[in-house]
Amino acid sequence: MSGFLGVIRRELRLALTGGGEVLTLVLFFIIVGAIVPFAVGPDRDLLGRIAPGIVWIAAFLAMLLGLDRLFRPDRDDGTLALYRLADMSMAGVVAAKVIAHWLTAALPLILASPFLAMILAMDGAAFWRTVISLLLGTPALAAFGAFGAAVTVAIRGGGLLAPILIAPLCVPVLIFGVGAISPLGGPDQASSAMLFLAALSLMALALTPFAAALAIDWGEE
Amino acid sequence: MIALGEHAEFIIAAYAGVFIGLGVLIGWTVIANRRVRARLAALGDTRG
Amino acid sequence: MSMDDTPKMSWWNRLAHPGQFLSWTGPLVWPLAAVTAALFALGLWFAFFNSPADYQMGDTVRIMYVHVPTAWLSQFVYAAMAVSALGTLVWRHPLADVSMKAAAPLGAAFTAMALFTGSMWGRPTWGTFWEWDGRMTSTLILLFIYLGIIALWRAFDDQLRAARVVAVFTLVGAVNVPIIKFSVDWWSTLHQPASVFRADGPTMPGSLLTPLFIMFFAFTLLFVTLQLVAMHTEIRRRRLVTLERRAARGGAA
Repeated sequence: MSGFLGVIRRELRLALTGGGEVLTLVLFFIIVGAIVPFAVGPDRDLLGRIAPGIVWIAAFLAMLLGLDRLFRPDRDDGTLALYRLADMSMAGVVAAKVIAHWLTAALPLILASPFLAMILAMDGAAFWRTVISLLLGTPALAAFGAFGAAVTVAIRGGGLLAPILIAPLCVPVLIFGVGAISPLGGPDQASSAMLFLAALSLMALALTPFAAALAIDWGEE
Repeated sequence: MIALGEHAEFIIAAYAGVFIGLGVLIGWTVIANRRVRARLAALGDTRG
Repeated sequence: MSMDDTPKMSWWNRLAHPGQFLSWTGPLVWPLAAVTAALFALGLWFAFFNSPADYQMGDTVRIMYVHVPTAWLSQFVYAAMAVSALGTLVWRHPLADVSMKAAAPLGAAFTAMALFTGSMWGRPTWGTFWEWDGRMTSTLILLFIYLGIIALWRAFDDQLRAARVVAVFTLVGAVNVPIIKFSVDWWSTLHQPASVFRADGPTMPGSLLTPLFIMFFAFTLLFVTLQLVAMHTEIRRRRLVTLERRAARGGAA
């Protein structure tokens, strides 16, 4: 357990004391959301209707942006090799990294979402549903993202390939994430979407660390 | 040939597309195979 | 050990050794190709000369004879890739990764053709070239997964190292494809309460089924033939790499 927490602590320290990566991600998230009105016009009805989608797309893109720092710096300075040789299982290391990644990438986005909700003309009830859906769905994004980063860690320029690989996997998260906010079929739809979202996140969190660990090990041999 | 009806151009387009697509697929598969065999033969490999 | 004592190679072992695989399956290619061509000829004849128009859709139903087989292949090839991935990771079969690599471009091509024929069928039926219905959308996502796998193969220099990583990704994709389908169907029923066309109904008359089945087998056999040839190419390509490296070292084995 101490190894697990140790990895989380290390990741948090690196992310928070590093070159302001957390701030960059949050800024990217807000900017993506903020430029949409320039593209589609400032009509409040239209913006309010597509706001859930915009928030989710911005969150998805921002989390994709943060993927490269999951494994590549460790591989470059040799820490990944040490992790592989350590007593703790690689899956455990990956799981710890996913948790830390969520804390430093997803949580700041969720905290910044009120600003986006305001400028995108979201109403109060929709905003709270947005927060909950982001809370439930971003773990899945973090887990799938970590898997994509693990698969591409041994490739030169793999950072470009990882988003392409995981985008299809993240489509269900997007679908249920937005479905939980703006249910076209009534409030029943929203709650079932929330349940599916939570199930996706749980499944992804439980299974992807093992798959990612395998991908890292085999990519290195 | 029987009459293809009012939407004939889409039927033709669909089959033409598949024909071209399969042609490219088969051609590429065969050409790649021939090329690798030629290079192997050039290096002197006479195994099957 | 005398000749009588040496163990006979079982068919599984024969398949596992690349050289044996080449010599054993090599003679199969031309016969398979001939049967495939015959099936296509028969299927096309039925499709255009010997089957009626659908009472609802008219003659555009003939597009179904190429759309359904390509759509079926887009999923069947992925299943073949997934089984090959299991063969690579779990059973460590030496040719499993060759099979996996050979299938990917074929699957992508059939998926693209399924989308194209679906679009051609959709234009007269729906009025637009593209409709975000559950089936087309899932097929589009499947195409992205295929293309991602192909890109992943190409990104690695060492193809043997790539094999197991690609296998892991293929299997994760395989687990996700049903989830993606489910979520896309859920999403499309939200946005399109009016049902879009069904590609195949349970009450299709036999005269429509005959060309469909023939084309179905024709396409499937075509895939098997091309897969075989592509596997041969990949085996030879790896041999080529070895020989070229040896030649570059000046013949020092």
